[in-house]
Amino acid sequence: MPIELLKYGLRRGHRPFRDIPPTPDLRKHYDVVIIGGGGHGLAAAYYLSNHHGVKNVAVLEKGYLAGGNTARNTTTVRSNYLTPPSIAFYREGVSLFEAMSEELGFNVMFSQRGQLTLAHSDAAMRSFRLRAETGNHVGIRTELVDAKTVQELCPHVNMDFGGQHEVLGGLWHADGGTARHDAVAWGYAKRAAEKGVEIHQRTEVEGFGIANGRITEVRTNRGTITAGQVLQAAGGMNGRIAEMAGIPLPIRCFPLQAMVTQPLKPFLDILLSSSNLHTYLVQSSRGEIVIGGGTDPYQLASTRSSLPQKESLATGALQLMPFLHNIKILRQWAGITDITPDFSPIMGASPLQNYWLDAGWGTWGFKATGVAGKRMAETIATGRVPDILVPFSLERFSRFELLNEMGATAAGH
Amino acid sequence: MKIMSCPLNGPRNISEFQWLGPVHDGAELTAAALVQHLFFAPNPMGVLREWWRHTPSNTVFIAERNLITDEILRTYLKPAADNIASVA
Repeated sequence: MPIELLKYGLRRGHRPFRDIPPTPDLRKHYDVVIIGGGGHGLAAAYYLSNHHGVKNVAVLEKGYLAGGNTARNTTTVRSNYLTPPSIAFYREGVSLFEAMSEELGFNVMFSQRGQLTLAHSDAAMRSFRLRAETGNHVGIRTELVDAKTVQELCPHVNMDFGGQHEVLGGLWHADGGTARHDAVAWGYAKRAAEKGVEIHQRTEVEGFGIANGRITEVRTNRGTITAGQVLQAAGGMNGRIAEMAGIPLPIRCFPLQAMVTQPLKPFLDILLSSSNLHTYLVQSSRGEIVIGGGTDPYQLASTRSSLPQKESLATGALQLMPFLHNIKILRQWAGITDITPDFSPIMGASPLQNYWLDAGWGTWGFKATGVAGKRMAETIATGRVPDILVPFSLERFSRFELLNEMGATAAGH
Repeated sequence: MKIMSCPLNGPRNISEFQWLGPVHDGAELTAAALVQHLFFAPNPMGVLREWWRHTPSNTVFIAERNLITDEILRTYLKPAADNIASVA
């Protein structure tokens, strides 16, 4: 094997290995057009082509592959939500991550290290008890733990006994973990492309032709195409794309900011968050401490960063781990989240017959990459919304059947 | 530091202000209009009229802000007119 490797490396006219083919010319017609080349769109393309035999598929991406919120999120995978339909949905999401590297033959570096959310008040402990009991009822591993157990799980956390943010206990979620975001997107892209899915980067949707309640054509900056079915999975641009299709969505855009420190030796082996402090900390496999938090305090569709929000993230991080005070920040960034009134996504049918929605992911789309792709592919292939997606329909707002998950965010918004 | 201009107190640091959300027309009489008001908040890729509060002086006012550039274009107190929608 080493000789083979040497020969491969020294061969003349060496051609670099490509995971996905270069962007081809647009054809005139596709059975399915997916708007958005992020994790969700690529996962849907994978499941359509590999599990449902739908291979005439185009993924249209305005920028580069997985360069939007797939690249900007903080890669938390968990299922400890508040309402039973959400827990059931995200439980399936976590189980897909557990099997993802095997399924794709592509190492997504899923590391199931457990997530701990800290409570600094009696009210937080009460809400965690509710989440733990609901979670156990639906069948996920989640439990309420006391301060002593918090210290055992994470000896580095500042318990702040007698202080303003004293740690009273926490919600321990053994199923929680983290995965490599680029690998997830590229793994799905590679296996979808192998089956003939075309991935069109730098292809921006500019409008739709609509007749008799159907999308008849999709207009892009590289030409107009016709489509049998259209799936919208455009992350922060979901509101804008739906508007082009004449569908008002209950979505508002808020920036979500994050940053990472210089790499440190491994010491933090769990995912640590605090809703009171609007902050969470994870140590990446490179050793950097990833610091994330709540969204900006006001509506905006921009990926600029702001000093007050970065200061707030740093304040929370220093409260939890004061010894980070002289560690340098290496990178910082922001993404545009598409937030719904109940913080739950909108999946399934739209007012148009052949147009499907995968939108409103707000601050937690990454953990649903596999399950949203799988279930949206099933929806498109069969023309029927599966039971697990029914509670997430767009019509829930007009029926006042909201799935309130605002209290289940990792950081509080 | 980002500066916002309070109609009463002049230019102040953005940290002194609280965002209160978009201005609605206030005519939510039918069920459909109520759903629209509660859940379908405006999210324009352009200028939005919204309520803000200068917290130290408790001054509630209207700001016009560009949601792409974050530029604050105008700030003013709520006019006497009953119908907020008619405010130009």
